[in-house]
Amino acid sequence: MSSKRVLMQGNEACLEGALVAGMRFYAGYPITPSTEIAELAALRLPMEQGSFIQMEDEIASIAAIIGGSVAGVKSMTATSGPGFSLMQENIGYAAITETPCVIVNVQRGGPSTGLPTSPSQGDVMQAKWGTHGDHPIIVISPTSVLETYQLIIRCFNLSEKYRVPVIFLMDESVGHMREGIEIPDKSSIEIIDRKLPDEGDDTWLPYEADGKEMTPAIPPFGTGRKYHITGLIHDEHGYPTSNSEKTNKLINRLINKIENNRDDIITFEESIPENAKIAVVCFGGPARSVKRAITKAKEENIDVGLFRLITIWPFPEKQIAKLSEKVDHILVAELNNGQIVNEVKRCARHGCSVHHIGKIDGTILMPDEILAKIKEVI
Amino acid sequence: MTHEIIEKYFRKDMMPHIFCPGCGHGVLMKDIACAIDKLDVDKDKICLVSGIGCSSRATGYMDFNTIHTTHGRAIAVATGIKMANPELMVIVITGDGDAAAIGGNHFIHAARRNIDLTVFVFNNNIYGMTGGQFSPTTPTDDYGTTAPYGNIDQDFDIADLAKYSGATFVARGSVYHVDKTIRLMERAMLHKGFSVVDCMSNCPTYYGRKNHKGKAPDMIRWQKDNAVDSKKAETMTDEELTGKIIIGETHHDNREEYTAKYQKIKDRFVGGIK
Ligand SMILES: Cc1ncc(C[n+]2csc(CCOP(=O)(O)OP(=O)(O)O)c2C)c(N)n1
Ligand code: SF4
Repeated sequence: MSSKRVLMQGNEACLEGALVAGMRFYAGYPITPSTEIAELAALRLPMEQGSFIQMEDEIASIAAIIGGSVAGVKSMTATSGPGFSLMQENIGYAAITETPCVIVNVQRGGPSTGLPTSPSQGDVMQAKWGTHGDHPIIVISPTSVLETYQLIIRCFNLSEKYRVPVIFLMDESVGHMREGIEIPDKSSIEIIDRKLPDEGDDTWLPYEADGKEMTPAIPPFGTGRKYHITGLIHDEHGYPTSNSEKTNKLINRLINKIENNRDDIITFEESIPENAKIAVVCFGGPARSVKRAITKAKEENIDVGLFRLITIWPFPEKQIAKLSEKVDHILVAELNNGQIVNEVKRCARHGCSVHHIGKIDGTILMPDEILAKIKEVI
Repeated sequence: MTHEIIEKYFRKDMMPHIFCPGCGHGVLMKDIACAIDKLDVDKDKICLVSGIGCSSRATGYMDFNTIHTTHGRAIAVATGIKMANPELMVIVITGDGDAAAIGGNHFIHAARRNIDLTVFVFNNNIYGMTGGQFSPTTPTDDYGTTAPYGNIDQDFDIADLAKYSGATFVARGSVYHVDKTIRLMERAMLHKGFSVVDCMSNCPTYYGRKNHKGKAPDMIRWQKDNAVDSKKAETMTDEELTGKIIIGETHHDNREEYTAKYQKIKDRFVGGIK
């Protein structure tokens, strides 16, 4: 089989890609601008012998996908700001219990009910720190319809590999955009499934993990090995404990399974012309305006570099530090009041100046606005 | 018998348990094991799901596929397990606060769907774990640490809440009525649909002390003295039933179960999209 060309909406690509990744259980509650994902899940899942359920709210939705995953089925939900806020407690639960699941947040303008149909990138920090306590998380953001299709598959792969909740941080402009895309041939797509305990292994413990991945092999419920899952701090047996040594051991492993595998998890797009004095750091939908601004600058003989984050969290610290060695100025373009810019400031070398252009009025960043800011900085 | 049940179904390495001396939750936990023992089902397929509270700690002590979730969310997690794999027998252990306050929305909607879950509510009329605050089942005028002048809230009847939300098997048991409660639990688990057993528990540490109900044996004796069988209750007036607790099956119907209905949709696509 070869690839196929189709016209697709971002939200549609998200669901179709998830099906390719093996997602067979969806629980959700409708909210603009993510609703098409739920509608398509309801239509498509039974065709693939999977299941869809519309829950009573977003708290129930994330709880249900945790249940689905514990039963061994790749599970997801999709929402937007208000629903994402409601999901936070159980995102932490998925993190501490190492339950793979994917949460799509098609961002809209906030706070609160905010601007339901307008694009925004206001949930960057919430995606990392929305749930309480130190915890691992992976956050990935797509810029196009094709990338939405490809990256949702990556979200499932990383979630299964590291047994961690993965947040797919879309924005309204990508979710509702329609583009012609080349659907890749399925046989060319890598699919990763969670590790299971070896059959004869009678020393197996559900929360014991070693090796580089530091991720335990936890089998689905109902497959013969009985064990306990709890959101309390637990030992390798999964039993609750408040012993400080065991607490340290668990939390450090949870954090380090992401930290030690940054090179596997972090991806980005970078192109820095040799003479560029400035680079723009961006991600998601607004990266498209940035690219246009860079082209326009080139027409005026100004070389501008591009660094587009694909993995937002863990933050590409090393890569941003390197970037700041290459240019004198970094401009961070994001559709919020300044979230990623502070991360860039934290990582950039002393001497490289870091600037910000953002918007919180529900409109997108226009290429000319970005270009004007570039000229102002250099 | 007890020894055998403990050997078969409990995690001895998790003992001692956290329940206070005289707490009714331990008795109810053993009742569940006894009821499961009577079932002719593959024990590896049994999942026990709980929320947060003293009652919800029961799952940790029992040797099945067990998951102790977040406060109020057990029924929502259980719904996901059942939808993802309808072959599993999914049982929820929850408290009156967990099921009817923070988890009340999940309770009524799971009942409305009639999804095949069995919910055992360990109802002690108080928030035990957090130290004796009033709950949605604390009777009006009783005391809790957050109702120092008497509770002005009206209380829920969990069995009625279940019935009127759409549950298709509803019963009430108690710590005192061991054999009867085990039988009701067994029938609830065998029923295909959303089943609820409101299990009257007792919290001597907080509810008992705050409300001068005596020690654990006094509280359990109260259950004995005030219980009326559900059959007999049908012949009694509201006046006669005031202050009584109705024990036994209170509702049963055969409305089609949710995952069975969903399976019919899936079956339309067996062998590809038609
Ligand atoms: C979101 C959240 N809110 C509050 C709490 C604190 N909390 C823990 S248990 C509990 C009440 C439990 O009462 P109940 O369900 O009746 O169980 P019991 O302890 O009486 O058996 C509360 C309020 C919590 N853990 N999580
Ligand atoms: S506080 Fe009450 S409910 Fe909790 S274990 Fe003690 S007696 Fe039981």
